[in-house]
Amino acid sequence: MLTLENLGVSVGENGRQKDILKNINLELLPGRVYALTGPNGSGKTTLAKAVMGLVRPTSGRILWEGRDITDLDITARAREGIAYAFQQPVRFKGLKIKDLFALAGADGRAAAYLAQVGLCAADYLEREAGSGLSGGEAKRLEVALTLARRPRLAIFDEPEAGVDLWVQERLLDLVAAPARRGQGVISLVITHSEKFLQQADEVLLLEEGRLVEAGPPDRVWPQLEKDLACRWGNECGGERGAAECYR
Amino acid sequence: MVQLSAIDEELLATIAELHGVPGGAYNIRRNGELIARASTPEIQVESKKDKPGINIFVAPGTKGKSVHIPVLLTVSGLKDVVYNTFDIGEDADVLVVAGCGIHNPGEEKSQHDGIHEFILRRGARMRYVERHYGQGPGTGERVLNPKTILILEDGAQAELELVQISGVDGTVRETEATLAGRAHLVIRESVLTTGKQSADSFISVELRGNGASTEVLARSVARGQSRQIFRARLTGRARAKGHVACDSLIMDQAEISSLPELHAASPEAELTHEAAIGRIAGEQLLKLMTLGLSEEEAVNTILAGFLGVNRALLAGSRS
Ligand SMILES: Nc1ncnc2c1ncn2[C@@H]1O[C@H](COP(=O)(O)OP(=O)(O)OP(=O)(O)O)[C@@H](O)[C@H]1O
Ligand SMILES: [Mg+2]
Repeated sequence: MLTLENLGVSVGENGRQKDILKNINLELLPGRVYALTGPNGSGKTTLAKAVMGLVRPTSGRILWEGRDITDLDITARAREGIAYAFQQPVRFKGLKIKDLFALAGADGRAAAYLAQVGLCAADYLEREAGSGLSGGEAKRLEVALTLARRPRLAIFDEPEAGVDLWVQERLLDLVAAPARRGQGVISLVITHSEKFLQQADEVLLLEEGRLVEAGPPDRVWPQLEKDLACRWGNECGGERGAAECYR
Repeated sequence: MVQLSAIDEELLATIAELHGVPGGAYNIRRNGELIARASTPEIQVESKKDKPGINIFVAPGTKGKSVHIPVLLTVSGLKDVVYNTFDIGEDADVLVVAGCGIHNPGEEKSQHDGIHEFILRRGARMRYVERHYGQGPGTGERVLNPKTILILEDGAQAELELVQISGVDGTVRETEATLAGRAHLVIRESVLTTGKQSADSFISVELRGNGASTEVLARSVARGQSRQIFRARLTGRARAKGHVACDSLIMDQAEISSLPELHAASPEAELTHEAAIGRIAGEQLLKLMTLGLSEEEAVNTILAGFLGVNRALLAGSRS
C-alpha cells in the first residue's frame, strides 16, 4: 500500500512561494490500476516524482508498505520496489539499450520486455540509448525498462504520449498488466487517454495541485465532463481556473 | 620463462587485456629490464644498441598480426626511460598494444617516459592501443610521460586509441604526426584525472600531402582538484582535411583548459574544430538512480559511457 499524508510540494519562484501540490491525501491499494489525470500543470508529474524521491516534499509524509519513506533517497526507493517511467525519457550518450537493462538488473529480460512494447531486440539491443532514438521509440523503451524492473509500485507518466496509434492501446494494456496479474502490484498511470480512464479501477483527478476527485470511473467521469464543458471560453477566451469550475 | 607475480598479472590484464604471456610478437619490460620477448617470422623485435628500448620491424605485406609491448613498474623510486621504434612495412596491417602499468608500493616517485616512434610505409595500416594505469598503496607519485611520433607515408592509415583512466598522478602526453598524400590518421584520446592529478596533452598533426586526412577526438573527465590542459594543433599544407573535437566533463573543483588550434598553409586545407566543456547531466544521474544504482555507481556509469571505457576501470576513481 502507498499512502500520501498531507503531502505538499512548494518551490520558490521569483522570490515567491509557489505551491505545486497542496495537502494531498491518498491511499493506493495492491492489485489495483489507478489513472491519474488533470490539466497540464496541475501537478501530476510532481506527485510521481515525490513518490520516487526525485522531488522533496515540503510537508507531509509518504508511507510505502507500512514504512515511512519520506526521507529515503531515490536509490533506496528503487530498491524497495518503486519504479517510475519518466514523462520525458532521458537520453544517454555512450550507453547501449542492453546496458540500460543490465544496469536496471534486468539483463536476461531485455529481449522479452522490448518485444512487449514492439521493439525487436535484434534491432535495438545494440543501439545507443541516446538522441538517435525517435521520440516514440524512447517512450516505448522507457516503459519496457520500467516493467523489466518488476516493481511493486509501477508509475508511468503519460506512457501513450507520442506513441503511434498502433502501439498506444497495447501500451496502456501493458502498464495496467502488473496490477492485473494478481501479485499485489500497484499500477499508477498518469494519462490523458479517455479510454484508459474508463478502464482504470480508480480515477484520480488533480486540479491546481489539489486532489479534487478520487473514485471509480463512472463516478468521476460525470464530474470531469462538467469540468471540461465549463473550462473553455472564459471572458478572455482562455481557460477558466479550477476554482470557477469546482464550486 | 619468466615468473609473473599477481601484481604483474593484474597490471597486464588492465593495460593490455593480457592474461599471461601473449601470442604473436611481444616484449615485456619490468622495472627497466626486459623480462620476456618473442619475435615471429613476420615481426622482429630487437634491443636498441645505443639506448634503452627496442626496434620492431614488421615485414611488408604482413596481415592480421599483433605486437604487445607492455611496460610494468612495480618498485618505488625508479625512473625508466625507453625509446621504441616501429618500422611497419608496405601494405602491412598490424595491431600494436602498448601501455604502462605502475604499481608504486613506496614513498618515492615512480616514473616512466616512453618515446614511441612509428614509420608506416606506403599503404601500411596500424591500430595502436595504449593504456596507462597506476595503482599501489604507497604515497609515491606515479608519473607517465608518453611521447608518440608518427610518420605516415603515402596512403598509410593509423588509428590510435590512447587511454589514461586511473591512478596516474602526473602526465605530459605528446603526440606528433606527419601525413603524406592520402594518409589517414584517427586519434582517440580518453583521459580521466582525479584528486590532485594533472594531465597535459599536446597533439599535433601536420597534413603534408594532397588527400591526407585526420580526425582527433579527445574526451576527458576532470574530478576532484585535478587540472587538465589539452592542446591540439592541426597544420594543413596541402589539399587535406582535418577535424579536432575535444569534449570534456568537469566535476567538483577541477579545472580544464581546452585549446584547439588550426594552422593552414594552403588555401586547399580544410580544417575544423569544436571544443566543449560541460558538466554531467543531472537527469542522467537521477534516471540511473531510479534504476537502483547508487549515486557513485551512476556517476561512474555515465563517465565510462562518455569516455568509451569499461565501467570496471572507473570503480576506484572517486573524486
Ligand atoms: N522546479 C520547478 N520550479 C518551478 N515550477 C515548477 C517546477 N516543477 C514544476 N513546476 C510547476 O508546477 C506545476 C506542475 O507541474 P507538473 O510537471 O507536475 O505538471 P503536470 O500535471 O505533470 O503537467 P503536464 O500534463 O503538462 O505534464 C506547473 O505549473 C509547473 O510549471
Ligand atoms: Mg507531467
